[in-house]
Amino acid sequence: MRKPRLAVWKFASCDGCQLSLLDLEDELLAVADALDIAYFVEASRATAPGPYDLSLVEGSITTPHDAERIRAVRRKSRHLVTIGACATAGGIQALRNFADVREFAAAVYARPEYIDSLATSTPIAAHVPVDYELHGCPINKRQLLEVVSAFLAGRRPAVSSESVCMECKRRGNVCVMVAGGAACLGPVTHAGCGALCPACDRGCYGCYGPKETPNAPSLSHWLRGLGMDGRDLRRVYRTFNAGAEAFRQESDRHDG
Amino acid sequence: MTDRMIKVNYLARVEGEGALKVRVRGGIVEAAELNIFEPPRFFEALLRGRAYTEAPDITARICGICPVAYQMSAVHAMEDALGVTVPEPIRVLRRLLYCGEWIESHALHVFLLHAPDFLGYENAVAMAKDHGEAVQRGLALKKAGNALVAAVGGREVHPVNVRVGGFYRAPRRRDLVALRDGLERARDVALWAVGWTGGFNFPDCERDYEFVALRHERDYPFSEGRIVSSRGLDIPVRDYPEHFEETHLPRTTALRSRIRERGAYLTGPMARYSLNHDRLSPVAREAAAGAGLGTTCANPYRSIVVRAVEALQACDEALRIIDGYEEPEAPAAELVVRADTGHGATEAPRGLLYHRYRLAPDGSIEAADIVPPTAQNQASIEEDLTRFIPDWLDMDDAALQWRCEQTVRNYDPCISCATHFLRLEMDRRP
Repeated sequence: MRKPRLAVWKFASCDGCQLSLLDLEDELLAVADALDIAYFVEASRATAPGPYDLSLVEGSITTPHDAERIRAVRRKSRHLVTIGACATAGGIQALRNFADVREFAAAVYARPEYIDSLATSTPIAAHVPVDYELHGCPINKRQLLEVVSAFLAGRRPAVSSESVCMECKRRGNVCVMVAGGAACLGPVTHAGCGALCPACDRGCYGCYGPKETPNAPSLSHWLRGLGMDGRDLRRVYRTFNAGAEAFRQESDRHDG
Repeated sequence: MTDRMIKVNYLARVEGEGALKVRVRGGIVEAAELNIFEPPRFFEALLRGRAYTEAPDITARICGICPVAYQMSAVHAMEDALGVTVPEPIRVLRRLLYCGEWIESHALHVFLLHAPDFLGYENAVAMAKDHGEAVQRGLALKKAGNALVAAVGGREVHPVNVRVGGFYRAPRRRDLVALRDGLERARDVALWAVGWTGGFNFPDCERDYEFVALRHERDYPFSEGRIVSSRGLDIPVRDYPEHFEETHLPRTTALRSRIRERGAYLTGPMARYSLNHDRLSPVAREAAAGAGLGTTCANPYRSIVVRAVEALQACDEALRIIDGYEEPEAPAAELVVRADTGHGATEAPRGLLYHRYRLAPDGSIEAADIVPPTAQNQASIEEDLTRFIPDWLDMDDAALQWRCEQTVRNYDPCISCATHFLRLEMDRRP
């Protein structure tokens, strides 16, 4: 039987999510055995043309060229799965969406006229249909393995959409917000990391993005009770998933 | 055939997206250009207005391969601005975290990205069919490094436990001791890897580089020391902007790092090794000698051996730190916010990483400047190509292209990092 063909694509990103594939030290060779890794330039100089059975897409769309390129990737991909906060929400670089990108370019580059960049950083789903979105900045490599396995088996990935709070309780952490007074986005943040930050005695900073149906205004009320002002609230929602709708809306409710 | 054009549209086995363009006319290399077309993400712009406490988490996202380096440069720059020196136990824990990143990043590059060039494979998976044991050992080494980053930093990619002043939570002694067995095996692998890579065939390509690295009074450098060079530079980190600059070359639109007085320089494993050979642990020094390295190394192809030596050094140091580890009384130093400018430079796996921040009285970032190692090495990469290619012109195009790619990969370039210092070659001819 022909092996399913895998492609890994990169748009505006840090490489960390596709690195998760190489970080599967115990499973990497087995994955490479089960799949034909047809296109993965971070790992191989050999590339094979499409179509591909599964495309993993990292990164956000920030240039006119990339807006074209993602359409070409979609055309040659049977399944397209986006991995990470950049691909699912625009990433940290989506902070430009709240500013003037020309001013941003002028602040960083001596010759901003050579920078061919869109005014916004947008997720892949804003450009093409996406079959599945895996959240996280970075993604959890165990969840990545589950997603790849699920697509190979023709089933939906078993990835929970509950909040970080649920993982945190199961882990047995003492609540850093109730008991420690730390600002924590756990109640509104998508699970998947395993409640890492509370386990390190710090509040969740929302790197997995909003969970389904979050009640962010209520959380903001409690955060104000901890002494946070409008600028603090705007900052906490505007990090790695600032472009995700629930966080964007909530950040807009508070004064910078 | 005297006119040749080597184009590599997507450089493989590097972090991020870049391309290579080399133009040869009559045996002369007219142009050798490493083009980076990774889309810019404007980190220095988006950092403005953020709290100083956010810099370690935000700048980590510049690079998923070496986030610890970004976090370490950020916290040192912020502590410099706030006039804080962290207590010894926190300093040691930071070294331990950095050991983990060096081990995982060097293992990734040596075994999965670079060794296939020397052994003639397109990738590590193909290499594993004939060299399965070597790839398995490399993955085990990488895993030990990642386990260390996760134990101290909370997770492998974009650690969550680093803060300005120290850590959110100091690791428990028992959690670190649990890593000992894995690290001892990793040290054995690294020791073996020094000999293994030392046996590869290396083109005879030495160059007279100006090496730039940190140098510390006692330790092999991670996060502390003065910036020194092989041509006499010896400055505190805060003088970096006076001696290094990013310039525009008239032929291109490129910004490149150079030493103001002299030009191109090299940072990274070869520079660290050559400037700090006397700071290596005895086991690392002996292994290096056994693999044919002198007290300096100026052949960029041998950088793979130096990476293995540094992985060994990091395993050895990590074990020593764990054996002497006592949980600190507080996980972080007390901080008092003030308006000032701070500088930080640390040794990312692929070279010196400089951060500078100007803070407002409330601790908000007013200005940020970040110079990643690949931006600093770009001029050296292109000079290597210009210098070496004339000797290889009898190769066919496929072999020459591969050799050029390998030459770029000598630097373990991280193009995702380099991108906010865009090096853009705009060829606007009709």
